[in-house]
Amino acid sequence: MKAHYGYSDGSGEFFILIDTDECDGCGECVTACPQNIFELAEDDYGKVVARVRDEARRRLEYLCPGFNLVCSQKEVNCHTACKTKAISHTW
Amino acid sequence: MFVAGIDIGSRGAKGVIMEDNNIVSYTIGDTGPDSIGTAEATMDAVLKGTGLSRQNISYVVATGYGRVLVPFANANVSEISCHARGAHWYFPSVRTILDMGGQDCKAINCDERGRVTNFIMNDKCAGGTGRFLEVIADVLQVPLEEIGGLSLQSTHDLPFSTICAVFAKSEALILLKKGVPKSDVLAGLHDAIAVRCHNLLKRISIQQDFTITGGISKNIGMVEKIKKKVGLEPILAPDPQIIGALGAALFAREKAETQGKRKQDESSLRVL
Repeated sequence: MKAHYGYSDGSGEFFILIDTDECDGCGECVTACPQNIFELAEDDYGKVVARVRDEARRRLEYLCPGFNLVCSQKEVNCHTACKTKAISHTW
Repeated sequence: MFVAGIDIGSRGAKGVIMEDNNIVSYTIGDTGPDSIGTAEATMDAVLKGTGLSRQNISYVVATGYGRVLVPFANANVSEISCHARGAHWYFPSVRTILDMGGQDCKAINCDERGRVTNFIMNDKCAGGTGRFLEVIADVLQVPLEEIGGLSLQSTHDLPFSTICAVFAKSEALILLKKGVPKSDVLAGLHDAIAVRCHNLLKRISIQQDFTITGGISKNIGMVEKIKKKVGLEPILAPDPQIIGALGAALFAREKAETQGKRKQDESSLRVL
């Protein structure tokens, strides 16, 4: 399942996409994200996968500066932490 | 075996009781400020007239915004999975679902088993949702059930610059003062909502068959606009508003069956 978490509003589209078929539920992204955006939870079909925390979904734009700003830096983030490349950003 | 699905939405509370693969009864009511009270009232309403009591219901699954506050639920499942499951029950060929709810809008892809393969949801603001149409119906003093039909009588295209409920309300008022007919104002607003939903659909993949669920799918004007934007004829369930609750009931049946099997296995182990 490709899960889009986030929203679009007047300032742009802010979705974090998690491919739950790829995600193996290792939890590396949970510790890697300095803003604590991710959590592990069982989905409706019984698989433990990463998802965006409820409280973060409506303010992603303020929590995360987006792919280009974060991932051009050589520091640990959800993209470098995810071994299965299951996470992507729309901004 | 009887199972129930309770869908406590942001505006409407729905309940479905199923026996095997048939819908025994269903109900649609309003969601009040008291979530637990709403859940209890929905359960009582759906049981009414069936001759059943709560003891007869083997398993209850809750879904929707208020799903964690249904005291008698055995489990809760997200409304995204429930809509996919419910729509798949009516139409096994369905692959794209647009759920237009009271306060949000979701686009869902599902596979041939009714499992979600892709979803996107916009619930940050209520612009372009059922609540928005309620506000507009109130401004125009047209009953909510009639706005869709009235919008179809429009003769002029009227572009709206916003679907923000607050701004659109004042824009609509200005237009009405200029003498623009209600039907044109409604058509313009319906068009703006359709654009927003189409944008959501474009993020997932639009595949046949396509269905619309949720309360707004009962609005013929809206369905017509979306049909034009998406370019696919939506197939609609007899009552598209209960699809979420129906999906929850189907999850309840599945969970009750696996639980039953587990119990059987345990008892057979004991015999051994």
